[in-house]
Amino acid sequence: MQVRNEPWKPLIVAFCCNWCSYAGADLAGTNRLNYPADVKIIRVPCSCRVNPLFILRAFQRGADGVIVCGCHPGDCHYTSGNYYARRRMTLLFSMLDYLGIEKGRTRVEWVSAAEGQKFAETMNSFVETIVSLGENKRLEDLRCKTE
Amino acid sequence: MQRIGVFVCWCGSNIAGTVDVKKVAQTLGREPGVVFSADYQYMCSQSGQDLIKDSIKQYKLTGAVICSCSPRMHENTFRKAAAAAGLNPYMVEIANIREQVSWIHKDMAAGTEKAIILGRAAIAKVHLNAPLIAGESPVTKRALVIGGGIAGIQTALDIADAGFPVDIVEKSPTIGGKMAQLDKTFPTLDCAACILTPKMVEAAQHENVRILAYSEVAEVKGFVGNFTVKIRRKARYVKEDVCTGCGLCTEKCPQKKAPDEFNLGLSNRRAIYIPFAQAVPKVATIDPDYCMMLKTGKCGVCSKVCGVKAIDYTQKDEFIEENYGAIVAATGFEPIGLDKFDEFAYSLSPDVVTSLEYERLMNAAGPTGGTLLRPSDLKHPHTIVFVQCVGSRCDEKSEKGVPYCSKVCCMYTAKHAMLTREKYPDTEVYVFYIDVRTPGKNFDEFYRRAVEQYDVHYIKGMVGKVVPENGKLKVQASDLLENRQLHIDADMVVLAAAIEPDKSARPLATMLTASMDTNDFFTEAHPKLRPVESPTAGVFLAGMCQGPKDIPETVSQASACAAKVIGLLNKDRLVGNPCVAHSDELMCNGCSQCANVCPYGAITYADKEFRMPDRTTAVRRVAQVNPAVCQGCGACTVTCPSGAMDLFGFSNNQIMAEVDAICK
Amino acid sequence: MQDRMIARAKELLENGTVDRVMGWKKGEFIYDVTPAVFYTADELEKDFVMNAFTAANVSKYLIAETKKPGRILAFLKPCDSYSFRQLMNEHRVDRDNVYIVGIPSWGKADMEKIRALGITGITDITEKDGDLLVTTVMRETHAVKKYDVYLEKCKNCKSKRIVVYDELLDGENGEDVPNNRFDEVAKIEAMPPDERFAFWRGELSRCIRCNACRNVCPACSCEKCVFDNPKSGVENKAPADDFEENLFHIIRAYHVAGRCTDCGECSRVCPQHIPLHLLNRKFIKDMNELYGDYQAGETEQVRHPVTNYRDDDAEPGIVYTRGGSGR
Repeated sequence: MQVRNEPWKPLIVAFCCNWCSYAGADLAGTNRLNYPADVKIIRVPCSCRVNPLFILRAFQRGADGVIVCGCHPGDCHYTSGNYYARRRMTLLFSMLDYLGIEKGRTRVEWVSAAEGQKFAETMNSFVETIVSLGENKRLEDLRCKTE
Repeated sequence: MQRIGVFVCWCGSNIAGTVDVKKVAQTLGREPGVVFSADYQYMCSQSGQDLIKDSIKQYKLTGAVICSCSPRMHENTFRKAAAAAGLNPYMVEIANIREQVSWIHKDMAAGTEKAIILGRAAIAKVHLNAPLIAGESPVTKRALVIGGGIAGIQTALDIADAGFPVDIVEKSPTIGGKMAQLDKTFPTLDCAACILTPKMVEAAQHENVRILAYSEVAEVKGFVGNFTVKIRRKARYVKEDVCTGCGLCTEKCPQKKAPDEFNLGLSNRRAIYIPFAQAVPKVATIDPDYCMMLKTGKCGVCSKVCGVKAIDYTQKDEFIEENYGAIVAATGFEPIGLDKFDEFAYSLSPDVVTSLEYERLMNAAGPTGGTLLRPSDLKHPHTIVFVQCVGSRCDEKSEKGVPYCSKVCCMYTAKHAMLTREKYPDTEVYVFYIDVRTPGKNFDEFYRRAVEQYDVHYIKGMVGKVVPENGKLKVQASDLLENRQLHIDADMVVLAAAIEPDKSARPLATMLTASMDTNDFFTEAHPKLRPVESPTAGVFLAGMCQGPKDIPETVSQASACAAKVIGLLNKDRLVGNPCVAHSDELMCNGCSQCANVCPYGAITYADKEFRMPDRTTAVRRVAQVNPAVCQGCGACTVTCPSGAMDLFGFSNNQIMAEVDAICK
Repeated sequence: MQDRMIARAKELLENGTVDRVMGWKKGEFIYDVTPAVFYTADELEKDFVMNAFTAANVSKYLIAETKKPGRILAFLKPCDSYSFRQLMNEHRVDRDNVYIVGIPSWGKADMEKIRALGITGITDITEKDGDLLVTTVMRETHAVKKYDVYLEKCKNCKSKRIVVYDELLDGENGEDVPNNRFDEVAKIEAMPPDERFAFWRGELSRCIRCNACRNVCPACSCEKCVFDNPKSGVENKAPADDFEENLFHIIRAYHVAGRCTDCGECSRVCPQHIPLHLLNRKFIKDMNELYGDYQAGETEQVRHPVTNYRDDDAEPGIVYTRGGSGR
């Protein structure tokens, strides 16, 4: 762990379901659609695998934004996973907002395997939002930043 | 501590063009636990794979991270290579540095940095990986088809032809289903019985088909390839294997007041009956609600006249248990009840009938012997009004009807109108419709023939009210195109009642843990790509139980379904996906939340004994995952409050480690 | 009522219906009562208490008690009965091993609030016609209106209905109570985000991680809590800094979402007076507004809003656009 002395760059964690959104991200790559390198993707089988703990953990460790991507409602590979994810994330985001965490640091977006364009656009706009919000200070655990 | 090898692929210049692969390999080589790192032009090539295999052996690697293209592309390739070198394939993780890095980031420094971070995340995950072995389970090479209508018969015949034994469970005394009740079929107008009954006979005579008529599924246990099903064989009070179907008893039975289900109550039958002449199996059945012998112990006529002594008044329901590898739901449909549609006077006048009842009135084997006579006075009707969409396409919020289109009504109404006009040219026929929907081969031509050649009056509009008055049915309706109100004095009104799934479907779905939509139609595993499979592995769907469809569609779906079943039964063993959920019984509360969200019914509960710290034993309810059924979505893992439920291959710890590595 | 409860408990012990009794035990002072199990008539006579301070929800104790041999008598207040029903839904308690006598609750008093009135040196408190008569060492007697010193959970009581019982002490059941329990949540929602953040940081940073909230909560009854489990990835037993407490309380509230009956025990037992119920109620309010009214424990419900869905549920973005949360 090091003291950060470079200029701030946003750190964004994107959870992508294996069947739609991860494939959408692949398609963005195949089509050479640019989005900032600040986005780091974690592959999960389904958006319903994303535990709110993972999101809180990411913020704790210094992530500035977390985005969860899944299949469009009705298209889930496991039929209902994204519906559960939708409720879970809605409630979690609402709670974070209630605690005064800036809105916009969390997002859910449905991206299909055919929507490489949408994936890149989503990431570009999300990074833009996070840049405008600035560094995540409210949820990060300072001990993770310094020795 | 793992011994991890890192393999960075150039992908020619695809990766190496914008990522400093050497730097990635070097940097990742210094990560804790990494004992070997290398870069290579084409890791997926034979020589690249050899590099991986050799390194696994040489450095005794326990895990491998491949920094390359998307895992969707070559994960399997690299897993196979690892397995060939004796490393468990699930000890391999891919860092996607092509689709996610080199192809989208033009800046070499930023790309290299991101590639290193993704590599670190993969290394962090591999540290927590454990060898996984896919479970195998045997397949019982026998199929169960639930429902003996045209869908069930076709599915069973196709499976049987492929050489696998099939049981058809049918709740009524004969197979045949709704199609047996139909008169003619659109758009070819061939007679339903002429094309159906040979299939029924074929099923009865097929060496691989066993027909369990007058039976119901009582319990389903097990999972794909290994179902155990308990079937209730309802008491017929007639020995099925003795009865010859001569029909003498059905002529002599003194009880003549039982409503004939086959004719939808338009006529009566005896208490002992054979539903129709071509019934399969052709054996008599005693209706316990009407049989005097069963009710009062006095009568016994049928027993006296039966030459083969097939009558057995002491018969009881029996249960048989059978093992199956696959189950097909083909439970069909029924027209909706019309008790909420008083505006059409269905319950007020016998001359207001449903379309299915009209089929019976037109049918040569029906209650009127095929002469069209209206039920109230058995006179020939001269004006007939057909009403379409009765209960179909209703507002979702409305208390009555269904929201969907029943799909077959437009065509059978055109058929009824046409046949009526053909047989009785003196009859005026009106059809009220919202839209006429005729997609299908020769369908629109058929409908146009009804309008153009047979002069059926098609009127766009809905019937508002039907009032029985002096032997007539006063029909009030609106003509939307002419924008006027119509008053027709009709002799008969025929209602195209919406169809809905058979009532037996819902309890069956619960037994099968198959999912249903809000209308109680079975849900398919994927609406486009897996339309004949249920999300529950080993359960397949045929016919109307999955959604409204006509006979050709039903038969195609039945055959498609059979193909899927044959594909399954053809396998000797099923190899599972090892990335499935599992529950830590020491931590499980047994609260059932995981089972509630599981789309596959993979989770069951068992009471288990635990040794407590104070040396006592406690019994606790704990969740158990059937790895053969679990598909690995992970919905349960997030629902579990205690964290007892976790997913192999994507464990809480592994994903947390990835998060930590990325956020370092 | 205490006498009637003791009498009934003795009868049920005598006739063999039960072999022990779950109730509340006298402490050194009238206000320090604790849940306890009584085995004999003598013990009941000596220590069994039912007064304005028997607020503790005993349902959680029944998880362990109903696993023991024999049958236990439990006196359940309306709010306790919701918790018990929810535990039944989660298969955590064995209904057959408990005999439930539903008892009415007229609201329980908060000792802190009595002290806050400036009354010191309290020696005894008795109840009379809905008032509390507080006696002090100075031999003064102060009459205190019970409503003024209600616990938060009683002030915003949602129901006086007992949802599961074998018999009712009074023979008749209470009804749901109109309440304004979400007003305070709405007030916080209406604050600007910075103010909300300051509010919660102020509240949650007082947490000393004594785990009282977790230990008392009937929904927090996991065999092993994720915070105690190294495999969960969030193991964390001791307070470290402000952030940890944020995390702990968010996760705790999230884990009980859909199962929390809003019994209010978490806030009652918090020694730091953190309004923890406002986190749970936020979830309840959101679920009611987004997915339809739902009360955990009210009925035999297989799925609660977090383990259920509708095709046309609101998208998560609604959190940032819907009204009510001023920003």
